[in-house]
Amino acid sequence: MPPKSQLWLLATLVVAGIVSAFSGRIDPYFLDVTMGVGIAVTLAASLNLINGFTGQFSLGHAGFMAVGAYSSAVITTNFGPKLLPLVGGQVWILFPLSLVVGGLLAALAGLAVGAPSLRLKGDYLAIVTLGFGEIIKVIFQNVDAVGGARGLVGIPNYTNLFWTFGVAAVTVYVVWALLNSTYGRGFLAVADDEVAAEAMGLNPTRYKITAFVVGSFFAGVAGGLYAHLKGYLNPGGFDFNKSIEIVVMVILGGMGRHVGVILAAILLTAVQEPLRQLGDWRMILYSLLLIVLMITRPQGLFVWPLWKKKQA
Amino acid sequence: MSVLLQLDNVTIRFGGLTAVSEVSATVNEHELVGLIGPNGAGKTTVFNMVTGVYQPTSGGIAFAGKPTASLKPFELTERGIARTFQNIRLFPSLTVFDNVRVAFHLHLEHDALHSLSRGPKFHREEIALRERTRELLSIFNLERVQNEPAKSLPYGDQRRLEIIRALATQPKLLLLDEPAAGMNPAEKIELMKLIQFIQEKFRLAILLVEHDMKVVMGICQRIHVLEYGRKIAEGTPAEIRANPAVIAAYLGQEHA
Repeated sequence: MPPKSQLWLLATLVVAGIVSAFSGRIDPYFLDVTMGVGIAVTLAASLNLINGFTGQFSLGHAGFMAVGAYSSAVITTNFGPKLLPLVGGQVWILFPLSLVVGGLLAALAGLAVGAPSLRLKGDYLAIVTLGFGEIIKVIFQNVDAVGGARGLVGIPNYTNLFWTFGVAAVTVYVVWALLNSTYGRGFLAVADDEVAAEAMGLNPTRYKITAFVVGSFFAGVAGGLYAHLKGYLNPGGFDFNKSIEIVVMVILGGMGRHVGVILAAILLTAVQEPLRQLGDWRMILYSLLLIVLMITRPQGLFVWPLWKKKQA
Repeated sequence: MSVLLQLDNVTIRFGGLTAVSEVSATVNEHELVGLIGPNGAGKTTVFNMVTGVYQPTSGGIAFAGKPTASLKPFELTERGIARTFQNIRLFPSLTVFDNVRVAFHLHLEHDALHSLSRGPKFHREEIALRERTRELLSIFNLERVQNEPAKSLPYGDQRRLEIIRALATQPKLLLLDEPAAGMNPAEKIELMKLIQFIQEKFRLAILLVEHDMKVVMGICQRIHVLEYGRKIAEGTPAEIRANPAVIAAYLGQEHA
């Protein structure tokens, strides 16, 4: 009998599979928004491991997302015709493989950025990761093989409800399971006091790099899902604003809260849709909404109990 | 009695300032040793060298017969050196229980992958660790607040929790950095009992940095005295009390 948490994961995957099988009957617009929500949950939950639980400040999540998006898109778009016969023409084998490869390359990028820069703290780390994100964007803008500034087009639309929610569920499970153990409490200890953590025999660098690598892996997978949802990649879409959007979800959900961050990711993605009718006023209203929320609930929107003020 | 910790002509300079100069000292197994000296004498600097926070400029430190040069703090903790901090450094947002539990980490067999797979081995180990955490907390009567965040504890309990957390790493040598700071006389007497109790119960050596003479003289078996980064005396509490150099440097100012 597997533990309850794994049964939950399994149940979510089954439900996602069943709903996905009937997705032909769902309104396409609603379906598109829903899949966007699933991707947002993956991004927010993975960044929550780095920024929320481990107390690092990464502003480069869109960069890791871009690495995964482009890698998996190149695999299915450019090499798809050659690779597909190798797996018996089965998209359900090729697609997850491309997602995993995208995730692994993003994780590698996470290791490359994280290993030298994690000795930096707070603002300094934020600036380094911000710089990384911009570099990634500029690289993709200038590599003609992936479309350069014009973007990468003709990516097959493999993403469906099952993959978006399956990946979101796995991400949430991994972050939850990592933290809920004696080993995992080390992430929180490092966030609380690095010097004390080291004096207790914990290796802070190792924890921080683990968080960074796992977080960027899932950002990369989310990028792959995004690429195969839109069918088109534009390097400008992975800019600083995208990173900020994910950071806002984590902050608004309450740094280091599992459920709160998921709810914030859902809310912030969904709320953009009704606002869309307002045209140019949309971003102004969205920003105003963020300001009001941050002033009234600095501890996070969904921190339990909902009505209690944060203790000093 | 065998030597557990040995400082051999240890010197450290920060730029032009020599903070600790040619200090040699030992701590034996199961011994309670005091390290005293006026403000700025270099006591905490010695602590930070023993725990790997600073590397000595010259001279060597050996723990359990092996040199500790270039080892990081967490590696020294693995070898059996645990410490508390002058200004308490708990994990404030973690619960009292988790503060102690996380310190058992060193003796875990499972890692990230076991946390993810959550197999039978993981559960057995987690249950055993929770049991040991509870046991340790109950020895010090802190199990009633085990689910409170550490920052919500009263000052004295925070000090005790820090010591308990250090004990969870199962050290051979425990370094206490001014544990009596900020305590009232009644609390200090409690603390002295606690330190002696720990030394007996856990069979370990303790090196105590302390300003409070009553505490140091009351419980230490041997005392090293520092002044301006140099060692000026070593001996039993009675010898130290009678030592003219110490009286001039330190006790003289207090008891004149």
